[in-house]
Amino acid sequence: MAAYLIRRLLYGLLTVLGVLLLLFVLFFAVTDPDDIARKAVGERARPEVYAQWKKNHGYDRPLILNRAWAAGDPRRYTDTLLYEHYRRMLTFDFGNSDNDDSAIARRLKEGMGPSLSLTVPLFAFGLVFGVLLALFVAFFRETYIDRAVLVLCMLTMSIASLLYIISGQYLIGMLLKWFPISGFAFEPWLAGRFLALPVLVGVVSGIGADVRLYRTIFVEEINRDYVRTARAKGCGEARVMLAHVLRNALIPILTNIVITIPFLFTGALLLESFFGIPGLGSLTVEAIQGNDFSTLRTMVYLGALLFIAGQILTDVSYALVDPRVRLT
Amino acid sequence: MSSLSNALVIVLLLAGGWLLRGIARDRFWRENAVQLWRRRPIAVVALGLFVLIGLADSIAWIGGGGDDEVAALRSRTLIDRAFQPEGFTEASYSAPLAAVSFYGGQPLKHPGKHLLGTDILGRDVVYRAFKGVRVALLIGGFTSLIVIPIALLFGVSAGYFGKRIDDAVFFVMTVLASVPSLLLLIALIMVMGRGTVQVCVALGITGWVHFCRIARGETLKLREAEFVDAARALGVTDLSIIKRHVLPNIAHLIIISFALSFTGLVLAETILSYLGIGLDGSWGQMIDQARNELSRTPIIWWNLTGASVALFALVLAVNVIADALRDIIDPRTRREGQ
Repeated sequence: MAAYLIRRLLYGLLTVLGVLLLLFVLFFAVTDPDDIARKAVGERARPEVYAQWKKNHGYDRPLILNRAWAAGDPRRYTDTLLYEHYRRMLTFDFGNSDNDDSAIARRLKEGMGPSLSLTVPLFAFGLVFGVLLALFVAFFRETYIDRAVLVLCMLTMSIASLLYIISGQYLIGMLLKWFPISGFAFEPWLAGRFLALPVLVGVVSGIGADVRLYRTIFVEEINRDYVRTARAKGCGEARVMLAHVLRNALIPILTNIVITIPFLFTGALLLESFFGIPGLGSLTVEAIQGNDFSTLRTMVYLGALLFIAGQILTDVSYALVDPRVRLT
Repeated sequence: MSSLSNALVIVLLLAGGWLLRGIARDRFWRENAVQLWRRRPIAVVALGLFVLIGLADSIAWIGGGGDDEVAALRSRTLIDRAFQPEGFTEASYSAPLAAVSFYGGQPLKHPGKHLLGTDILGRDVVYRAFKGVRVALLIGGFTSLIVIPIALLFGVSAGYFGKRIDDAVFFVMTVLASVPSLLLLIALIMVMGRGTVQVCVALGITGWVHFCRIARGETLKLREAEFVDAARALGVTDLSIIKRHVLPNIAHLIIISFALSFTGLVLAETILSYLGIGLDGSWGQMIDQARNELSRTPIIWWNLTGASVALFALVLAVNVIADALRDIIDPRTRREGQ
């Protein structure tokens, strides 16, 4: 187990290095740092302003090889964009935004709370409703109830998420006036009122795909031998479903959702930006719309980092939950 | 531009004909196609209509019709010509089938002719929805058609030859898969610029991994199969083993994941449109432009409805077909479903 974990972590580190290389190619080699600087200070800025901005944001070094230093000097390789990019990302020194010079680390810290207060309830409600509905459908498998719910799932899956948000805001926010259309507050009670609508919209838009997946898992479990044994020894159908099928099906379900847990931190792009929640999703959207490359770079890097962590977590939790899986 | 688009139509038609011939010749595929038609005739017809509209919107030529000189010199597609006369527009909003404009009540140029009204610039909503078909098919279909051959090349060679090739391909796959696809997509488009080709390439780079993983996994399994061993023992070369034994056996998986990725791509484009980096003329842009119209009084609903219904119909048709195909082809669900 320990050996496996070390190997897995090392491969994860290698992947992180690969992701950083990809980001370097995208954000420094393909995009010219000159272009970023010109967009930030304006086309007609004086050359000194332009050079100063590049220096302040660390874009003034050469890409891979700095010819200003002598051949034997290590600074020939370290005083470059590539080295600085790796050093800063690996030490979590994200620097300042290209747009308004605010410290990215501070904005990340500020955005984490609002993001989590949206994504955690979204995740919890989505999971509980999804599993319950799928269990219900699996109980009535191959009947009209099953067919109807599956058709409904297919319909909900075919609607664009943008439309869910627009119609949710219109129907519930504007016509029925149950909840405020958008906004955010840090006091728990007020925040609850603001978050109810985005959570509802998020759960509804995601539930179709989840129910179909969970139903497949449940139906697969129902056809196993131990279910027949349970019925043969006289278990009622309800007991079979709840005590035997649900318990065993939770293994694949849990391993399926562990990968999504890290993404709770990065927030939800569309929901946050539409409902005015000042989280990390909104931060990303602002970065896209304002050509803020350094913030966007940081968000992509964090997303990748969390995904890699989630994958390692999935592999380990798989071994913990299922005794048949041995990690060697 | 129009000649390129026309050439594309010819290429697509030839490819389609070749594919149909292949399906008709092979017993397995013929039976599956018949099954699909029997089970989901409406979805197949709907998808066929969308493809026809998309093709009609790609065939363009200059001249014919058009009162003013500018219009006569521009190349227009079959769809443009169907919405005659040239400049089927009003000054601004007008309600469906209305005779007067929405604000002000001035008489319209084409009273009662706009089935779903017009948008803020006076463009006919039905016409715009029709124009969106080609963009959607381009996003979903064209991207996948570029991506699948590349993914097959890397995935199959990684699975079949193993060792160093596999290590390299697997590492690239892991790195690309590690970046959340929407963020990678956004980063790629921001970096490469906004345009049809750039968006399709960006969608291709992010979508490639998915196909590659499937191709690699299946090839790994097939490599150990007895019929591959037998072929190898008979001295068949690697290339013909891949062509004869591996590719036909992963074709069904590729088709199913093609259908699934198609809907994912079309839906992802709406998010890109909201972020301001979508494709011009797409349904996503229509929805994005219409998103504040619901809060006007009196409410303007036709613009949003036109785009969403078109998008919904296409995605639903493809989703239904993908689902039916999976049921038909996958032997495990076949037993249960019948």
